Amino acid sequence: MDPTALFLSRIQFGFTISFHIIFPAFTIGLAAWLTVLEAMHLRTGRPVYQSLFEFWLKIFGVAFGLGVVSGIVMAFQFGTNWSVLSKMSGPIQGPLLSFETFWAFTLEAGFFGVLIFGRKRVPPWFYLFSTAMVALGTTLSAFWIMTNNSWMQVPVGYVVQNSDFVPNDWTKIIFNSVVWSRFPHMVLAAYLTGAFCVAATGAWYLLRGEYRAEARVMPRMGLGLAAVLIPIQLVFGHFVGDYVHDYQPAKFAAIEGRWHDEQPAGEVLFALPDPASETNRYEIKIPILGSIIGSMSLTSKEVGLTDFPPQDRPPVLIPFATFRIMVGCGLIMLAIAWLGSYLSVRHRLERSRFVLWSIFLSFPLPFIAILTGWYTAEVGRQPWVVYGLLRTADAVTPFLTAPAARSSCSAQFTCSSVHLFLRHLLHLPAPARWPLTIFG
Amino acid sequence: MVMFWVSLLVISILLYLLLDGFDLGVGMLFGLTRSADNRSIMLNTVAPVWDGNETWLVVTGVILWGAFPIVYATLPSAFYLPVIIMLLGLILRGVSFEYRNKAQRSRWLWEVCFTAGSLAASFMQGVMVGALVEGLRFTNGQYSGGVFGWFTPFALLCGVGLCLGYALLGACWLVRKCEGLIRDTARRQIPILTVTVLAFLVVVFIYALVENLPIMHRWIDRPYLFIFPATGAVAALVLASNILHHNDYWPFYMVTLIFMSAFGTLALSFWPHMIPFAITINEGAAPPSTLTFMFWGEGLFVYPLMLLYAVVGYRIFRGKVGSMPGHY
Repeated sequence: MDPTALFLSRIQFGFTISFHIIFPAFTIGLAAWLTVLEAMHLRTGRPVYQSLFEFWLKIFGVAFGLGVVSGIVMAFQFGTNWSVLSKMSGPIQGPLLSFETFWAFTLEAGFFGVLIFGRKRVPPWFYLFSTAMVALGTTLSAFWIMTNNSWMQVPVGYVVQNSDFVPNDWTKIIFNSVVWSRFPHMVLAAYLTGAFCVAATGAWYLLRGEYRAEARVMPRMGLGLAAVLIPIQLVFGHFVGDYVHDYQPAKFAAIEGRWHDEQPAGEVLFALPDPASETNRYEIKIPILGSIIGSMSLTSKEVGLTDFPPQDRPPVLIPFATFRIMVGCGLIMLAIAWLGSYLSVRHRLERSRFVLWSIFLSFPLPFIAILTGWYTAEVGRQPWVVYGLLRTADAVTPFLTAPAARSSCSAQFTCSSVHLFLRHLLHLPAPARWPLTIFG
Repeated sequence: MVMFWVSLLVISILLYLLLDGFDLGVGMLFGLTRSADNRSIMLNTVAPVWDGNETWLVVTGVILWGAFPIVYATLPSAFYLPVIIMLLGLILRGVSFEYRNKAQRSRWLWEVCFTAGSLAASFMQGVMVGALVEGLRFTNGQYSGGVFGWFTPFALLCGVGLCLGYALLGACWLVRKCEGLIRDTARRQIPILTVTVLAFLVVVFIYALVENLPIMHRWIDRPYLFIFPATGAVAALVLASNILHHNDYWPFYMVTLIFMSAFGTLALSFWPHMIPFAITINEGAAPPSTLTFMFWGEGLFVYPLMLLYAVVGYRIFRGKVGSMPGHY
């Protein structure tokens, strides 16, 4: 195995998956929002809901298409660059990912056609039904992807036969607490992403004084939803932390920046972890809080990274930093959602230009939170690709050479950056350009 | 259960070959078309369906991974560069499709990219088929041919062959969907393309027979298998008569038959190998617990539903295409 090829494969996969997640994160929430709009339109008959629907449907279409294209590349990268993983965990990961294609893709693609072409061809109730099916499809897709990834985080329900992981209990693989805390965490994150993009777009139009009827609805609905969902998201985030604490203690220690066992443990708020000396520099720490967060106790002992041999430790700096960025984004979003909703209920939002500007500028936050959350989960799982069973270094295609990996890697980078550049030149509907230009 | 998944795999591959085949073919013929208006019409004939067609590639990929993980682990990694170039080609063409309708000054660039992407994807698919027929090098069940194991004159020849085959499918699609100049041009292209494609198929078949004696014996022992190449030959004759009688509807189906018989002939030659002379269907299959789970969860009910969606999609957009603008 060629170390350069391994490194390039990891970079390439990380790049592909980061590029890809932007679009599903956006479309899952957007599909639900479209369903709500269509239902409101049917119930109230107000034209504002229909014009909002048509506006967001266009954006949904573009994001959906980009999600599909980047997803195809990802599906094949498992086979091209990670053939050992594909073979060993194929009996489990293969079916889970094929369920994603079969269940979700079918629903989405089938009913998406109705949304685009069918407004005049099908009765209104069926149009609403199609919108709901697209939303269900995007959510099911997230479910199978989360089931698959959760198995890589905490492998269950398998036996090892001829060095392959063979499933022996599918109910365990699908119905376990890891899946059912991480799946809601991801779906909520996607809904928040949709909510903030909608609210930011509305705020932008309010600031410019255009399309007032539509622009008023967007921040009200977006922020109202976010104001309710963010506290729930924090609870699910805590559940996700619990599984990491119980099943992946090394990752947990890395996130916490805890080098040595502590009893009771403190919580590091900020620090610069230094792997060479196995200590933190510039540390700000609250005593006992670490035990409360980790084990809901005032006295529990929490493990440190030095309990694990160096070859089994994840890199510390990335999970430590990305976790804090994710939580920070969440807290800023909470403040904006609550403040904005309060002003909106009081009918003062339109006059508060400062708040409108903050809402408009907040749209990258959910994307950043999702990316950093995934970096925490995936980098924190290292050096394993299937936790405790298969190391990332052993999963790469054995005969892959550095030049081959480099050529495909650079070709993909070039294509994506050309694409990124062109998006800026494109004339998409105005503010819709923002989330897509910057991240797409 | 293994046979169930083999059948679904075969159906998916065939659907991909035929459906994405014709729109890749239209992409290549697009590059040969002078009039800008005609090029727009050609794009409109595939606009509502091309992305749906590509989903069959994904379906093929995930069936392979779930039901035949060893094959999935072996083929894309052995064909590392062809797969990457094919994917880049498909992306390039998808992106060009979207941008071409929005760009003004740079439209020519997107048109070049569209043709180039279609060509690259088709060529690489042909190369992979060719390399499979020729045989990849294996030692102890592991692929050992290196990153350029697929790079042989025969495989490259097959790449050209598949491009011509897809162009033929594309021409038949245009005859079916268009009128006027586009249809007449496509109708003139069909005989030339058909003759070259048939010649290619015969060469590939004979090559496979000569290189691999076991295949020769199989065909001599079981002469009834000749029904497959025979069907292809009959389809070619009917196609010729269709063209002479200016029938717009049937040529596409006849070329479909030629493709299916060619696929059947090749697949039967190598049966029961999935990767010729290295991995058989049973060796490649996932454990029963996986196949059963997939059978109940997706194969039995969801797969027919997917076929239904495809049929409904094509029914909605049946008939000749005018020059109305494409979708969003």
